[in-house]
Amino acid sequence: MSGANRIAGQGRLTPAKTARFTFDGKTYHALEGDTVASALLANGVHLVGRSFKYHRPRGILSAGPEEPNALIDVSRDAARRQPNVRAPVQEVFDGMKVESQNRWPSLAFDIGGVNNLLSPFFAAGFYYKTFMWPKAAWEKVYEPFIRKAAGLGVSPTEDDPDHYANRYAHCDVLVAGAGVAGLSAALAAAEAGARVILVDEQPEVGGALHFDTSVKIDGQNGYDWAQATAAKLKAMENVTVLTRTTAFGYYNHNFVGLVERVTDHLPKPDKKLPRERLWQVRAKRVILATGSIERHMVFANNDRPGIMLASAARTYLNHFGVAVGRKVGVYTASDSAYEAAFDLKRAGVTIAAIVDNREKPGEAVLAEARKLGIEVLTGHSVVDTKGKLRVSAMSVARNGGGSARWIPIDALLMSAGWTPSVHLFSQSRGKVAYDAASGRFLPGTYAQDCLSVGSCNGTDGLQATIEESLAAGELMARATGNENGVKVELRGESAFEWTGGMAGAGEGAGADTTVKAFVDFQNDVCAKDIRLAVREGMHSIEHIKRFTTNGMATDQGKLSNIHGLAIASEVLNREIPKIGLTTFRAPYTPVTFGALISHSRGALFDPARKTPMHAWEEAHGAVFEDVGNWKRAWYYPRSGETMHDAVNRECRTVRNVAGLFDASTLGKIEVVGPDAEVFMNLMYTNAWDTLKPGRCRYGIMLREDGFVYDDGVVGRLSQDRFHVTTTTGGAPRVMHHMEDYLQTEFPHLKVWLTSTTEQWAVIAVQGPKAREILEPLVEGIDISNEAFPHMSVREGQICGVPTRLFRMSFTGEAGYEVNVPADYGQAVWEAIWARAEPLGACAYGTETMHVLRAEKGYIIVGQDTDGTVTPHDASLSWAVSKKKTDFVGIRGLKRPDLVKEGRKQLVGLLTKDPNVVLEEGAQIVADPNQPKPMTMLGHVTSSYWSENCGRSIALALVAGGQARLGQTLYVPMPDRTIAVEVSDMVFVDKEGGRLNG
Amino acid sequence: MRKYSVFAVAREAMRGHKGWEAQWTSPEPRKEYDVIIVGGGGHGLGAAYYLAKEHGITNVAVIEKGWLGGGNTGRNTTIIRSNYLYDESMDIYEHSLKLWEGLSQDLNYNVMYSPRGVMMLSHNVHDKQSFSRHIHANRLYGIDNEWLTPQQAKDFVPVLDISASARYPINGAALQRRGGTARHDAVAWGYARAASDRGVHVIQNCEVKGIRRGPDGAVTGVETSKGFIGAKKIAVSASGHNSVILSMADVKLPLHSVPLQALVSEPMKPIFPCVVMSNSVHAYISQSDKGELVIGAGTDQYNSYSQTGGLQIITHTLDAICELFPMFRRVKMMRQWGGITDNTPDRSAIQGVTPVKNLFVNCGWGTGGFKATPGSAHLFAHLIAKGEPHKLAAGLTLDRFRTGRLIDEAAAAAVAH
Amino acid sequence: MLLIYCPYCEEERSELEFRHGGDAHIARPTNIADVTDEAFEEYFFLRDNPKGLIFERWRHIHGCGRFFNAARDTVSDKFYLTYKAGEPKPVIPGVSPATEKTVETYEATEGTAK
Repeated sequence: MSGANRIAGQGRLTPAKTARFTFDGKTYHALEGDTVASALLANGVHLVGRSFKYHRPRGILSAGPEEPNALIDVSRDAARRQPNVRAPVQEVFDGMKVESQNRWPSLAFDIGGVNNLLSPFFAAGFYYKTFMWPKAAWEKVYEPFIRKAAGLGVSPTEDDPDHYANRYAHCDVLVAGAGVAGLSAALAAAEAGARVILVDEQPEVGGALHFDTSVKIDGQNGYDWAQATAAKLKAMENVTVLTRTTAFGYYNHNFVGLVERVTDHLPKPDKKLPRERLWQVRAKRVILATGSIERHMVFANNDRPGIMLASAARTYLNHFGVAVGRKVGVYTASDSAYEAAFDLKRAGVTIAAIVDNREKPGEAVLAEARKLGIEVLTGHSVVDTKGKLRVSAMSVARNGGGSARWIPIDALLMSAGWTPSVHLFSQSRGKVAYDAASGRFLPGTYAQDCLSVGSCNGTDGLQATIEESLAAGELMARATGNENGVKVELRGESAFEWTGGMAGAGEGAGADTTVKAFVDFQNDVCAKDIRLAVREGMHSIEHIKRFTTNGMATDQGKLSNIHGLAIASEVLNREIPKIGLTTFRAPYTPVTFGALISHSRGALFDPARKTPMHAWEEAHGAVFEDVGNWKRAWYYPRSGETMHDAVNRECRTVRNVAGLFDASTLGKIEVVGPDAEVFMNLMYTNAWDTLKPGRCRYGIMLREDGFVYDDGVVGRLSQDRFHVTTTTGGAPRVMHHMEDYLQTEFPHLKVWLTSTTEQWAVIAVQGPKAREILEPLVEGIDISNEAFPHMSVREGQICGVPTRLFRMSFTGEAGYEVNVPADYGQAVWEAIWARAEPLGACAYGTETMHVLRAEKGYIIVGQDTDGTVTPHDASLSWAVSKKKTDFVGIRGLKRPDLVKEGRKQLVGLLTKDPNVVLEEGAQIVADPNQPKPMTMLGHVTSSYWSENCGRSIALALVAGGQARLGQTLYVPMPDRTIAVEVSDMVFVDKEGGRLNG
Repeated sequence: MRKYSVFAVAREAMRGHKGWEAQWTSPEPRKEYDVIIVGGGGHGLGAAYYLAKEHGITNVAVIEKGWLGGGNTGRNTTIIRSNYLYDESMDIYEHSLKLWEGLSQDLNYNVMYSPRGVMMLSHNVHDKQSFSRHIHANRLYGIDNEWLTPQQAKDFVPVLDISASARYPINGAALQRRGGTARHDAVAWGYARAASDRGVHVIQNCEVKGIRRGPDGAVTGVETSKGFIGAKKIAVSASGHNSVILSMADVKLPLHSVPLQALVSEPMKPIFPCVVMSNSVHAYISQSDKGELVIGAGTDQYNSYSQTGGLQIITHTLDAICELFPMFRRVKMMRQWGGITDNTPDRSAIQGVTPVKNLFVNCGWGTGGFKATPGSAHLFAHLIAKGEPHKLAAGLTLDRFRTGRLIDEAAAAAVAH
Repeated sequence: MLLIYCPYCEEERSELEFRHGGDAHIARPTNIADVTDEAFEEYFFLRDNPKGLIFERWRHIHGCGRFFNAARDTVSDKFYLTYKAGEPKPVIPGVSPATEKTVETYEATEGTAK
């Protein structure tokens, strides 16, 4: 039922447990534990995809994450769809829908296949040489065509309904890979008492033991030993075993990223489970036991469906019980492929021949082949294949150009030997070294506290691997302070030791040929493309990679890198290490964005900060604006009001009656200590020694370079205590700035800084009736005009709770800012509102605040200044002490360009037509008729309709602005030019009498 | 140099592409050059090309420590735009954009300049004010940049989430239609080929170990891993490593080098038509011709020459990308990498003379170097040839840090109120 | 992500808890108002930006809040050591200093005084 190619008695899956899935609309049966690849092969399906450039038919090449061809689209439902999934990695679950990719209209008949016929034209790098004429055609014609033809899978189009999780973990020893080496190392480390995390990308541990059935460990079948060892490790308290988990990135200071696939194999996952879990592990030591990956042979038409890695065929047979063909050829340069032939032969499959390009294969495998009656053609090569949608024959010839003969087959297994997986080692910034004897790049110089063991370290032989791994496990455990443990010993036996291996193009695909011998399957890079790149001067492996795209596909060159290097090496007649290896980059295999993001989405992407009065504001219809990560009440529209209407009403009401404004977002810092005054003198331009307790002052803070950094009103509560306010966005950086100077430049000062932004709720009550509103609520403070004049601060009580009450104004009206402990903010606000509302006052938002302060010419740092403005530019020279010998910015301010004539200065602008409101950001010129590029004098920083003035008002930074008062300048807009007159910055109550009302 | 064309490609297709010649030659260094350019990236190779083409100076060597274009030229996210704020920036970036528009034809090398549009998202009132300031300044300069409503932005990029329920809803966007992308490697190769054709020596795998100076203090040549090479003038354009090279002549620069990271997704069919950037949520993204989403991440906070960085920088960027484009949450990251950017205190580049005679520097391009390549190279060539800056680069000189005449694009754009 | 030893908390914590603070041992001139434009440029803008050993400042901003100094290699990103603000610039055995010049820093003199 689960496929005609399933061989009874083979494999480890349970025949009774089945699942159904569809592939391109057709239903297939699978066994529980099948991958999509094994299930399709069991059903005789080899054609599963199309290549990137030539759209050639492609099958399943591997049984692991190195798969370049069998990339599929997997969906559970419309929103849970995933492109570019590796068929040999994806486990089948009941009800899954699988679609092939990069083909139209169908996989078997793909129009894009015409590219294959045109391939002589599409040589590597051809696009650099053409599509240049006519000039506009690249963007309009050629590029869209190329983009459409490329690209493999189709992006999801809906938001992902699944969720993801994130964990941080610490351990003594992290072991990446749970084959023989990883399990041995983990066991030794764990028994020595170390806290161990063992990870493996497959559903079960075992690594190569999945296919290598000739291995015995301590007398037990290798795969069974692996499962038993994993079970033993899982039972230990100091060990975490994670399967379906890929160690994808090795970062600084032994920080390793893992991604655990939690539900993608389950038919009906529990909704509470995350789809994937990101583990961010800080390991004291890391053991890399990442194994090695078999290489393919490079020969003409080596890409037909049915041609695959020998070890993959062994996995499909020995683990999944699937025969990948009935008449199978083998083409190899390594002993390892022989064992695939042996296993298949014993399972009843016909082996057409083993074609070995070596004259002298290993004697043991040769003897076994003879014993099993398998024909071995040594010194021969496969030089071509046939078969439209699946391989049907191989052409075999004696090396050196003998006549070729066609041998019919329905599958071809190949092996060019094994490439150690040094990806994580290399990511850790270790330097690989080329071992010429074995033709492998192996770990050379280590950069972090890690060790490589087993075949990723170039260690051949089972017992050697075991002993190296046990020793590494023990060593790493000891290195992390675990001394008391038990020593582990293991004994392994395997049937054959493997020899051989080759890199580069094989017979019939040499320099004089134009055949398609694929090096990188997915990107359709052939041996001849590498040679072309070299011919064109691309001599660095990075240039070759970028010119041909070799190794740039989703498998990131796991199969192709070494072949590419070897071919370049041959053409350049230069040793492989002289050409270099491209840098391995994370991730080892692609990682879902969702897993990397984890919880950081929606409301948790950047948690919104809300003031204590937020709920009241919301209930009273406030529209909010984002300011930094705060939500601030912007304006309070009443029924039928536009924003403009609401703001005009609020502006009128505040000037005529009073208004309540939530100023809680302003930053607040408590500066305390015997040297607080000295410190304030250093941090702000103003002179603080003249400020008496109970009084306030507007302060300006500069950066050392002399530009305005922040501003705010500072209240002096006592000789040694200042209540400093900052801009909303500036609070954290001002605190940091102050701490920096206090700790590192002025550490002799006895001053303590405390951020109190979130401790105080701040209610501004502004307007002619402000005092009337507040008076009955305040206890212990005489708030009469005489006792409590403008720019004063007192401590007392309001509504029975403690308050710091400021007499200050950002509106130009008489006003107060009521600071109360945050928890009482809303209660006090409501109490004040209960008095204010009957008097005709309103609540107002940030927009009205902006208009009212602009009417008074009060600046907003960050809007009217931009980090290039000095206090003098902003007409704030009065706030810069001339007596002080030091404050931050004192020297920067004196630099030649900061004292030059003609700097941009803040001024007021009045449009000649009072009804025209300038656009904020609009540019100002003296001559609107000049050609472009125009000489721009500055820009409009703030601009509003002022209901109180009955006209528009604006602030602007204008070159030499102070000297231009009364001049007419122009603001050229796309549709008209607006004439403006330069004015001072105060538009309402120029004498400031209202402040004292 | 053999001309590239569709006919040449067709002819070669008939004979297995055996007739193509090396795009640039790799000669042994001469004893002395009129000009040595240190750094074989786009800026350095381009400067060599323009020296030869426009100033008739062909006795030039470009010396590269590794492989051509192996620094930031080959590591960036290929965004091109010119909608900057200050005159000094508009001068250089617009000059550059104009050169981009004809670069493939000029070099006879398809650098795949693709003016698909660069859209910058506005998320709040402050963004809108800032973009508006840019748009008006650009318009009066003569640079295209237009304001889009949220719906217009979505019409341009259908996958954009413009819902009001987003954490930082989009209240509009600024679009420069002439902005776009180009193929980064092709820029280095195209310049190398065209420069080599005009007699410039392109010397790879040659590391500069020292700068030699004569009794008058002027430079006389460079010590390299291939021995001493004499030079009448030395021009340094070694992004990331400029401080290291200039320190060989005792010149200290206002630079710090930090890793800037980027990543690509697996390739997918076209879904993303232009470049989108968001300063507020810190993300930029486009889709390559191969189908990968190309995503620029942030810089690590510490000085480093490591070309790698922390995972948290990548995840933070992806948070933002997926907040803007929620359907990409199931897409997978295929590769992440880093480059070393050298950054100035005002985030604008430095191009000019140094206190050492006949030693010129082009550095501090931070994250904006690729888009500036042709313009910077063109003006750098002028500086090297004439000994003084072109008027379009006159604002980029080194002395501005002493005088205070900074070009602070970052401060102008990023200060929240 | 770096792993950083805070000399005040006396433990290794993730980089997420720290903020980088630029170069260490650059003292603000005590007579800053009177220094030349060149001296101010040198103090505030010019940096060695070394490839190799760097002395830099970090702040344990999401921990104890203290500023401290570190000696790190900018190629490998490995820390040689971290030490408290005010302590003198350490000698790193076997590593040539990025610059020969010794800088009389405020922290250094203050460190000795304590």
